[in-house]
Amino acid sequence: MMLSGWGRYPRAECRVVEPDGAAETLAAISGNDSLIARGNGRSYGDSSLNPEATVSTRRENRFIAFDPATGVLTCEAGAMLSDILATFVPRGWFPPVTPGTKFVTVGGMIAADVHGKNHHKAGAFGDHVEWLDLALADGQVLRCSAAENAELFAATRGGMGLTGIILAVCFRMTPIETASIRQETLRAGDLAETMDLFEQSRDWTYTVAWIDCLAKGGGLGRSLLYRGEHARLAELPAEHREAPLALKPPRSKRVPLDFPAASLNRWSVGVFNELYYRRSKPGTVLVDLETFFYPLDAILEWNRIYGRSGLLQYQCVLPKAESAAGLRALLSRIAATGAGSFLSVLKLLGPQAGVLSFPLEGYTLALDFRAGAATLALLAELDAIVAAHGGRIYLAKDARMDAAMMRKTYPRLAEFESLRRRVDPQGKFASLQSRRLAL
Amino acid sequence: MSANRGSVLVLGAASDIGRAIAHAYAKAGRPVILAARNATRLDPDLKDFAVRYGVAARTVEFDVLDIAGHGAFLEKLGELPGTVVCVVGFMGEQARSEQDPAAAELVIRSNYVGPAAIMAEAANRMVARGSGTLIGISSVAGDRGRASNYVYGSAKAGFTAYLSGLRNRLAKTGVAVITVKPGFVATQMTAGMKLPKPLLAQPAEVADAVVAAEAKRRDVIYVRPVWRLVMLIIRGLPEAIFKRSKL
Repeated sequence: MMLSGWGRYPRAECRVVEPDGAAETLAAISGNDSLIARGNGRSYGDSSLNPEATVSTRRENRFIAFDPATGVLTCEAGAMLSDILATFVPRGWFPPVTPGTKFVTVGGMIAADVHGKNHHKAGAFGDHVEWLDLALADGQVLRCSAAENAELFAATRGGMGLTGIILAVCFRMTPIETASIRQETLRAGDLAETMDLFEQSRDWTYTVAWIDCLAKGGGLGRSLLYRGEHARLAELPAEHREAPLALKPPRSKRVPLDFPAASLNRWSVGVFNELYYRRSKPGTVLVDLETFFYPLDAILEWNRIYGRSGLLQYQCVLPKAESAAGLRALLSRIAATGAGSFLSVLKLLGPQAGVLSFPLEGYTLALDFRAGAATLALLAELDAIVAAHGGRIYLAKDARMDAAMMRKTYPRLAEFESLRRRVDPQGKFASLQSRRLAL
Repeated sequence: MSANRGSVLVLGAASDIGRAIAHAYAKAGRPVILAARNATRLDPDLKDFAVRYGVAARTVEFDVLDIAGHGAFLEKLGELPGTVVCVVGFMGEQARSEQDPAAAELVIRSNYVGPAAIMAEAANRMVARGSGTLIGISSVAGDRGRASNYVYGSAKAGFTAYLSGLRNRLAKTGVAVITVKPGFVATQMTAGMKLPKPLLAQPAEVADAVVAAEAKRRDVIYVRPVWRLVMLIIRGLPEAIFKRSKL
């Protein structure tokens, strides 16, 4: 079957195996020399592709146990975040960490050790995992947690599926009183102001900025910063207090076709960005969870607006001390090419936890580009800037970095590799990404 | 209220469509009974139903080909379910069914003889009670025999006709009979086939259509309405043209 990640670049013909139950997963491990697990395919690049055997966890989507007193959920690795939201938000529980889409599996969230708009306060998803059951290359199933098989646990969160296949996960959720977020919008005229606002917003649970990556000169790094808190019951207007946890029925639209290549260009994106920046009003509003966390999920298959060639998302993080200089260099380079995207997001992250986990204390910038030779050349230039400032690239978004860049920027890689040699000496678990990165 | 219609027995609950139908009913608050061969493999689903929907769910062993045992199977359930959904089916391989009479017979027994027999047993008990809904998952393949799958299609045609007759017989009782023709569905049975996307439904879509059909007291439904048109055209083709076609 022709498969790709969410970016639709690259694509590869992969043999797909769809086990139903742990026994069939173990059979898939013993029956294949090379394989990789795939959740809902929402990593952007080639992390979930293996032509020999791509093991879909789609059928492993059951809930196993839930404790309504503590909010601890146990589920199979293929359980969807969207199902978790639909089931548990009405009961007053929210995932402790959520990425920008709900169409991901719990196994995928661990493999990428995803972060959310609350990383500075809550850490990554792996920080909330009580334990996980991992099927190893030799067919053993080990329970891993911060206390038990701790090394394997630390390598599995953020390990992009290269330590084994996750069978089950137990994690803690967060209590909420309502399904609404109190959102405050602030406008920042340039990069320094944007970073100031992040610093001033450290006590807020959720912070994120949309940044206009086409703005140059004095306006470089101008942005809209959104910060949010779960609304308390008392904050809701009286008419909504009867059903404070009710989820709005989804109103999704689908992108019906691949947009022609010319439709996204520096002028159309520039006009969009200008309008977006000017029309967003600073101030406080109550918004529903979907609007705050998953605005793009309302547009199904939005990746098609980048056309048939696909999209490359570039997400890097820079250490705090280097962030101002590094971001300035990156944004100037991008603004000069005019190859900007609608979706440029800036966030402040906290310290790293897992061995290959992406976050480090500093600013992360994410941008989308149409895939193509010009973009690949630009991203190689951006890599050099990121590496020079001590930063790194998020493996869940990556489709094109080279092995040298990986080696330079992930300081705990040697630790990861030595553990992997121990638990998977033949390198059974492999993806197109791990091969490209010589992992 | 659908919650007042009693439990739902899903025959063939291990299939993708069967599982999705059980989910849809449980979501609506109905207790579900999952019937399949080797039913214990569905035990993980029971925990899932309990956590997800907080409804009672159980598994029971069922073999549609064990026709002599159908009556005893229903008696053993204890209470007669409010709704019985028969999802059982087996496509087989057309080429093999053409050459091997035993293979063809298995397809016909699995899709027609067995399902018709269990529906009859359930129908007679529901008539005695004076209420109930029988839902048969048939197929558009039964609307006209085609070279590519006529053994399976003819059995489904038989099942469709059987459900039609049963509905006619029970029209004045309190028992409803619904025929469901899903069209192409993305399941393990169709994995790897190249199927046109506008005609391809997800199992959850079939399940929602089934629950809605019961609520609205429908008789015959195509899951995606476009199929009604497609099959109207296919059925309308003169045989002289149809027999030379590759549909």
